[in-house]
Amino acid sequence: MEESKQKRRSEEVCPSKRGKLTSEIARTLIGKRNGPEYWRSLEELAGSEEFQEMLHREFPKGASEWVESVSRRGFLKLMGASLALAGMTACTKQPLEPIVPYVKQPEEMVPGRSLFYATAMALSGYAGPLLVESHLGRPTKVEGNAQHPASLGGTDIFSQASILGLYDPDRSQTVTYLGDAYSWGSFLQAIRGPLNVQKGLQGAGIRVLSRATSSPTLIEQIRQFQKTYPSAKWHTYEPINRDNVYAGAELAFGQNLETRYKLENAEIIVSLDADFLCAGFPGFARYVRDFAAHRNPDGKMSRLYVLESTPSSTGIKADHRLPVRASDIEQFARALDMMLGDDSDASLVPQWAQGFVAALAQDLKSHRGASVVIAGDHQSPTVHALAHSMNQALGNSGQTVVYTEPVIANPANQIESVRDLVSDMRGGKVDMLFILGGDPVYDAPADVGFADALKNTNIPLRVHLGLYQDETAELCHWHVNETHYLESWGDARAYDGTASIIQPLILPLYGGKSIYELVSLLSGQAEVSGHDLVKNYWQRQPHPGDFETFWRRSLHDGWIAGTEFTPKQVSLQNKSFPAAHNLNLNSIEINFRRDPSIYDGQFSNNGWLQELPKPLTKMTWDNPVLISPKMSERLGLKSEDMVELELEGKKVTAPVWIQAGHVDQSVSVFLGYGRSRAGRAGTAMGFNMYALRNSAIPWFTTGLKIRKTGDTYKLATTQRYQTMETPTGTRPLVRSASLEEYKKEPNFAQEEEQPKSNTLYPPVPGWEYQQKPYAWGMAIDMNACVGCNNCILACQSENNIAVVGKEQTVLGRHMHWIRIDTYYQGDRDNPKAYFQPVPCMQCENAPCEVVCPVGATVHSTEGLNDMVYNRCVGTRYCSDNCPYKVRRFNFLLFQDWDTPQFKMMRNPQVSVRSRGVMEKCTYCVQRITQHRIDSERDERKIGDGELQTACQQSCPANAIIFGNINDPNSRVAKLKTQSRNYSLLADLNTRPRTTYLAEIRNPNPELEEKTQTS
Amino acid sequence: MDDNTQSSMNRRQAPVIEPGHTFATVTDKISSIVLTRPATTGWFIGFGITFLVTMMLLYAIGYLFLRGVGIWGVTIPIGWGFAIVNFVWWIGIGHAGTLISAILLLLRQSWRNSINRFAEAMTLFAVAAAGIFPLIHVGRPWLDYWLFPYPNTMGVWPQFRSPLVWDVFAVSTYFTISLLFWFIGLIPDLATLRDRSENRWARMIYGILAMGWRGSARHWHRYETAYLLLAGLATPLVLSVHTVVSFDFAVGIVPGWHTTIFPPYFVAGAIYSGFAMVLMLAIPIRKIYGLEGFITERHLDNSAKVMLATGLIVAYGYLIEAFMGWYGGNRYDVFLMWNRLHGPYAFFYHLLWVCNIITPQVLWIRKLRNNPAFLFLISGIILTGMWLERFIIVVVSLHRDFLTSSFGMYYPTRWDWMTFIGTIGMFLCAMFLFVRLLPMISIFEMRTLLPEAEVKAE
Repeated sequence: MEESKQKRRSEEVCPSKRGKLTSEIARTLIGKRNGPEYWRSLEELAGSEEFQEMLHREFPKGASEWVESVSRRGFLKLMGASLALAGMTACTKQPLEPIVPYVKQPEEMVPGRSLFYATAMALSGYAGPLLVESHLGRPTKVEGNAQHPASLGGTDIFSQASILGLYDPDRSQTVTYLGDAYSWGSFLQAIRGPLNVQKGLQGAGIRVLSRATSSPTLIEQIRQFQKTYPSAKWHTYEPINRDNVYAGAELAFGQNLETRYKLENAEIIVSLDADFLCAGFPGFARYVRDFAAHRNPDGKMSRLYVLESTPSSTGIKADHRLPVRASDIEQFARALDMMLGDDSDASLVPQWAQGFVAALAQDLKSHRGASVVIAGDHQSPTVHALAHSMNQALGNSGQTVVYTEPVIANPANQIESVRDLVSDMRGGKVDMLFILGGDPVYDAPADVGFADALKNTNIPLRVHLGLYQDETAELCHWHVNETHYLESWGDARAYDGTASIIQPLILPLYGGKSIYELVSLLSGQAEVSGHDLVKNYWQRQPHPGDFETFWRRSLHDGWIAGTEFTPKQVSLQNKSFPAAHNLNLNSIEINFRRDPSIYDGQFSNNGWLQELPKPLTKMTWDNPVLISPKMSERLGLKSEDMVELELEGKKVTAPVWIQAGHVDQSVSVFLGYGRSRAGRAGTAMGFNMYALRNSAIPWFTTGLKIRKTGDTYKLATTQRYQTMETPTGTRPLVRSASLEEYKKEPNFAQEEEQPKSNTLYPPVPGWEYQQKPYAWGMAIDMNACVGCNNCILACQSENNIAVVGKEQTVLGRHMHWIRIDTYYQGDRDNPKAYFQPVPCMQCENAPCEVVCPVGATVHSTEGLNDMVYNRCVGTRYCSDNCPYKVRRFNFLLFQDWDTPQFKMMRNPQVSVRSRGVMEKCTYCVQRITQHRIDSERDERKIGDGELQTACQQSCPANAIIFGNINDPNSRVAKLKTQSRNYSLLADLNTRPRTTYLAEIRNPNPELEEKTQTS
Repeated sequence: MDDNTQSSMNRRQAPVIEPGHTFATVTDKISSIVLTRPATTGWFIGFGITFLVTMMLLYAIGYLFLRGVGIWGVTIPIGWGFAIVNFVWWIGIGHAGTLISAILLLLRQSWRNSINRFAEAMTLFAVAAAGIFPLIHVGRPWLDYWLFPYPNTMGVWPQFRSPLVWDVFAVSTYFTISLLFWFIGLIPDLATLRDRSENRWARMIYGILAMGWRGSARHWHRYETAYLLLAGLATPLVLSVHTVVSFDFAVGIVPGWHTTIFPPYFVAGAIYSGFAMVLMLAIPIRKIYGLEGFITERHLDNSAKVMLATGLIVAYGYLIEAFMGWYGGNRYDVFLMWNRLHGPYAFFYHLLWVCNIITPQVLWIRKLRNNPAFLFLISGIILTGMWLERFIIVVVSLHRDFLTSSFGMYYPTRWDWMTFIGTIGMFLCAMFLFVRLLPMISIFEMRTLLPEAEVKAE
């Protein structure tokens, strides 16, 4: 009785038990009645019960067994089967992975402790030496290699952000052919035949296009390749190239030379549109270190003159800045060169520069051998040649400027190179095109027509090697996923020629090949690993002693000893240089600049870099057109108005941004935005300025037409109010003085009145900070800071800080724990400006702590203002009451909790904050704890300098000093006793642990008087 | 009581109760609204609309819990936005009830008897509306209970120096006392309804709520004692709640918050807006339910006078704030005043002056004080002004504080508006229910105003 009931029930539930739906029945059902208008299958059309049942149930058949009362035995049987089946559902078979604990733990591999490996990241061919932190095999943080002469501990934003680049889930993950996934083997097969054919033709149909490289191994491989295919051509293209630098040396010295500056010896620095204090300039980290070291008002203080078209960090740090159109720089350089010579004639100096040139020439002449003239990469070869001529005339050669052989291999004109390639493509000479890295379809100058040539000529085999399925990959047959530099072996030279081994920290996440491996295949060698290629190369080179020792030492140190280029003795071959260009100077000029955050576009899918406020505009996620305040008035433009830029018939529409200090009759646009296939973060952000770029004069030209379209566009800037002036007075947030004033009044930065320390809350007995072993504090030297943003990214990487996206940044919800405030002061056409990095002040009388209702932010005995994320309920009262507004709130779920790559990327020592929680700078408390553990184990105190916060470690300028202020001999304690030291908003009696050293400028008294009288 | 009426007549003022009423007419009139008068279409429409708006509030809160406070316009530096503005506004409105019931009771202002019941109900609903905001505005609302000092295994207490913790005590105490006060005051009338109700269910429900009230002398004696005691308890609360709310700001160091004048000025502002809300409710109710005999022009006149007085205190507060900003010479305070007058939200500051200070000055004119339609309008303006005052204090102070680099702007989103309007809907919805289900005017206290109630010494 019981049993029959159950039977019936199962039939009710599971129609399949009632017999199948046959096509005959279906047909009759269809014939019988009118079905619904939209239907998913014939069954639904017929409105059959079976189909209704299918819709109702997730598992069409078999699952109804559950309705019957299941015996324990039956349950176990079913569960066992389900588990077995669960493993079979994946599309690919997982490789066999034995997961066992270490029987013998590898030496130094301790869970919870990180290891550091030396490696290097090449940007446009120049290596940035790095130490990369690895947590159990996962690289998590990039730091500078303090022992490497090109870094001395500093890094740049691009290397900091490369961690996110490695784990970017949008990276290309497989070999593809016309967009479909294929195996590496099928790719090999596909190129084998054509390569064999080419062998017979001496490779006449092979063209290779790569990015610029300085890699000794790769250079040898290219040589090898060219031996195999003598008629093949190897092209190099880099959108941010140094063609002008090499051409300038050629013009002056008759040979291709690398110019290297020794700013540690320079007392007078003149920059002719050279933004050498901005990441991406070869040697940036070292130059900033040397520059900052010589901005000490109590010691050696250099003087910086900057002439520039686009306002830059270098211009902000200048003692004298002259806004000059890029096309007028040559005129200025000629005048200055003439004034430095014997037959100087002041009347030949252009009117607008007369006073400046005279004073500058005077200053330079009185600092022979201790001055330097630096020409910008985008200035014409003639300006470079003039700079060389001046440096020679001033006797700077060998002192502040040295010349070496080029770091970049094959420094031919890259734009010529890519133009040749296009004409070969058009001429049908190309049978096989290998694009090894780079995205020329996107970033080649518009008039070269690379994309068009690739699309419309019939090259039988087009191969792209790249990190992303980008615009170029789309137009190629084969795409090979490239390995990231943290996944593959390689080598590269730093700006001074020192070679570093690029050492991987992790196995390739998605397989993939490096350029070394691909080139070795093209040369017809068997598959060799990148490691063997690099190691074999260096084994063939002369090395001291045993190779294995030498190799291990080089890997450990991060560079190969003795590879630095030795300076060459050179002499001027030429005295008169031809005019570089013939521009119509009466029309509007346009400057093309690499983007300060995303470079040439290769980092456009990097959310950290996209959300990094650019040093001057504090702009994120976009590249507006910068125009001068005067021009905006003339054209009736406001920031965020859309304009149409027209240059030689090519048009781009973009928003404008009024930039104080921008030279009039000139606009600046930034490359790298407006990509169509960058990935989640980069696609369709900003505006593509490559579309306007002209290969003949790639960096600046005139004849631009601007038309207001009437539309507006929302820009996401993190600092709308960029001045300390308010209608009711100026706030003393950044304090500065000239060197002269400082010498006269060293205490100028101090408060007139010390704040009274009245408090409702008397100090807790036993809580006196002075009696504790440690009292952490920080001093930030604003004289040193060049606003390079490196600290922001170092902090973001170290502390697992989320990216919020453009919309949220517009609302002001970006999450950076340290920010750099940029303030302009004075004349808006040529203002003074200051950078002020602002982390948490770690106030001893913290206003945030008293107002938190749950005690989620509390003080430690060492003076840290700690955040207890788990306790935070998110009232935001602490942020309201924070006068420095350094607290950041997770208004929404900003962290990506799901993407597996990001789980690997994060620093395991730092909590990942979720929605509704306040967060802020902790002085890298995890590092403090780590060092405390170490020091307690060794029964000693944490030594000064041993413990560095993330922002401090990689600061190229050494502007951030952190340490124990209870130790009177620590660097930070000494800095805090300096007269320049002051607290931000000291009158609030918050007693910040982070203090600032006031900024001192060193203007030329002669020029200063002139500007004052005028 | 008679001489009260008499004296008011002498001063040619309207009486507190229309002549001609007897015990029976008073009871009939008030209880009939609940017991016999059928619900009109107008009531259903009003109730329906406000009910739907309440549902919108629930929807907005549901979405808020799903996504987080980021759906609102709050940001850094404006960490508090509409939620706190609305909280303070509602709490302020909630002050009138207790003031009328408790303080005026202790001061023997018997004219209060006809408006205290619904003023108290209004207080309860306003405090309930206010209470929603601190609970939902936090980042992790499911952890709100951490603000209460409850024994827990973590051994963690709230941080007692924080004004938000004081707020928790102040508001929850206030709500509890207001509820008790209101309910105890209702008991004799609930018994009246029980006795007069013909519906069995209504009789049972009112009977349960009346807690066995029989009207014996002993009952009355205890009742009077309890009511006076509660009034005594509630009186300091009227002053303390908004004082504590003002501490949320005064304890902070933000320019525009950090000022010692806030407690009195907040309390005055609260009573100001509370009376405005009483009038906004009383004027239509007396019209619709024909209660002009109970809520007479005398009541409107007195309320208007209270508004005028508190409005002047508020004006004094504004002036002193501006004066101290200038006189103190602190650069942040000077800028604050400039920013209020000329900054991006200057329009609202000027509007605030118009709404709160300039417009109410017409209440000096008796004729206008006795014009219900006009008073209704003025009350609306005052309520707007008081909301703007909180907006100026919360948002305009925060958006530009110390570091110019951190200056920001606040733009409310549609979720902000939905939540705000939703609480208004909820408040009105509760009022709609209240007028149908409970006697909105205290029957027994009205009877004491009648000449018959006068005890003649024999």
